[in-house]
Amino acid sequence: MQNAQAHSSRRQMTANVGFAALAVLIVALLVLPHYLDNYSLRLATTVFMYCVLAWSWNFIGGFVGYPSFGIAAFFGMGSYVGAIMLTQNMIPFWLSPVCAAFVCLVVAALLGAPILRLRGHYFAVASLAIGEVFRELAMNWTALTGGGMGVNLPPLRSTFGTDSQIFYYMFLLLAGVTLAVTFLVARSRLGVAFRCIRQNEEAANMIGIDATRAKIIAFALSAAFPGAAGAIYASWVGYIDPSDVFDIIISVKAPVMVLLGGVGTVAGPAVGALLYLAFEEIVWRNLLQFHAAVLGLIIVLLVLFMPNGFVDASRRRKLLGRA
Amino acid sequence: MFLAQNLVNGVLLGGLYVCIAIGFSLIWGVLNIINFLHGSLIVLGSYIAYFAFVYFGISPFIAPLFIMPLMFGLGYALQRSVLNVVIGKPVLITLTLTFGLDLILNNLMLWGFTANFRRVVFEHPFPTFEVHGIVIPGDRLTAMALAFLLTLIFFLLLNRSRIGRAIVAVRNDRDAAVLMGVNVKQIYAITFATGVAFAGAAGSLLSVVFPISPINSGILLGKAFVICILGGLGSIGGVVVGGLALGIIESVGAMVAGPEYTVLISFLVLLVVLVVKPSGIAGKLGYE
Repeated sequence: MQNAQAHSSRRQMTANVGFAALAVLIVALLVLPHYLDNYSLRLATTVFMYCVLAWSWNFIGGFVGYPSFGIAAFFGMGSYVGAIMLTQNMIPFWLSPVCAAFVCLVVAALLGAPILRLRGHYFAVASLAIGEVFRELAMNWTALTGGGMGVNLPPLRSTFGTDSQIFYYMFLLLAGVTLAVTFLVARSRLGVAFRCIRQNEEAANMIGIDATRAKIIAFALSAAFPGAAGAIYASWVGYIDPSDVFDIIISVKAPVMVLLGGVGTVAGPAVGALLYLAFEEIVWRNLLQFHAAVLGLIIVLLVLFMPNGFVDASRRRKLLGRA
Repeated sequence: MFLAQNLVNGVLLGGLYVCIAIGFSLIWGVLNIINFLHGSLIVLGSYIAYFAFVYFGISPFIAPLFIMPLMFGLGYALQRSVLNVVIGKPVLITLTLTFGLDLILNNLMLWGFTANFRRVVFEHPFPTFEVHGIVIPGDRLTAMALAFLLTLIFFLLLNRSRIGRAIVAVRNDRDAAVLMGVNVKQIYAITFATGVAFAGAAGSLLSVVFPISPINSGILLGKAFVICILGGLGSIGGVVVGGLALGIIESVGAMVAGPEYTVLISFLVLLVVLVVKPSGIAGKLGYE
């Protein structure tokens, strides 16, 4: 009896410490831009963007276990939706990620219905092909997208802060939303459905899970957030062109970051995003001419020697929250 | 007439496309690995042919004779050292790995050869034939003929040689092949090496028709994808059908919609075929 009480009060205490740490972290992230120079601020902003991409991929690739290479397709589509709407003065800046996310959500849901019937290699190829089709569309629909010339976006000129601070907060907010949705999904019936499908799709169907619906939701979620990220990215860098925002490497980066951190968990992708950006930055700064080769080498070594991610499976459960 | 000319162009192109995709299809079919390196390996073959032509005057039409053994060795070493580790792993792992390898190879080629386009220019250009008003360039015709000859050799290799039969056996039923005394590890390495050798040969033939640059590797890889899905995995017939179909689709598509839309059209066709009939036009289990 006493033992149980002690146990529950200790749990209570751990939870309190956890909440306190979370609160400190949030406050720290909120005040951080006022203490960082521009270079560090850019890195921090990039970390949040990468987190968004990694968590997004995690919906379809981690939870459901479908090997998607389609992140670039929706990142690119989102950045073009945002860029076009902003240059035409259709919406204020803050609304552009919302619109982009909505468009990507709808398009992914429509495309998901046919291609999610495919599995394994065929699904991987279909998701790659979607990105190629979008890129070629952006390349050739010159009247709408400016074709290979790309699109120039206006600067923000906001009264709330410098542009780089605003983009930091935008990506922070988007990462927060993506994380919150990840948590909600992981704890909901939908999350159970996702994991059932990953383990055995036929069995999932048999016990009454609507696998098609669940897969489409996962695919749409893994498109909406990269779409929003693309829209913010477009404003952030001020210029986009098809070969930049539809680059296949974006589609590979997302699963690599998740692999680096640990597949199917909530915190794993964030750890992976941080590590990946650290690698990328070191390589960019020191080996400009060979940066692609060294990134390739890192990917190869990761796949060969750490296929289970940086966070080892037994510890993952305790430290990073089961998902 | 215009349509006929485009069809002929399509078939000439299609012959080369068959050669581009045959190694890719073999590796995908037998090792179950989507080889993202394939485009860069073709470009590497083109560069070897180009330098052999410039420095030693060897025609790229003969160059496959030494390029193929060279590339075979490279492929064998690559499979034994790196790819063998991920055999049987899910596509996420294998595709990511070959993507990483492609980043390395492509970066090294960009560094070594620069992105400038190079071209094999013969001192005595090949004659151009004209049949009923349809123009047939001699160099393309020769390239196509050699591509089909290589495909025939590939077919005979798989169907007549002991190793070829073992490759087909491993594709059909890996476990049964092991029981029959096939050394599966060895067969995987030989299969991958053969695929790489044919990529090199395709690169050599392509160097006569198209400009050479490392930035082409993505386009070539994309074509290999489309051909394999279009024709279906698991048969040489599928690759031939897919290659010719892509050649004709591109030529006619360029005529109808404009040359800038050919890539878009071919990837749309790929998506439609994947959704409607994922096994392709002529896909089957055995690799015959």
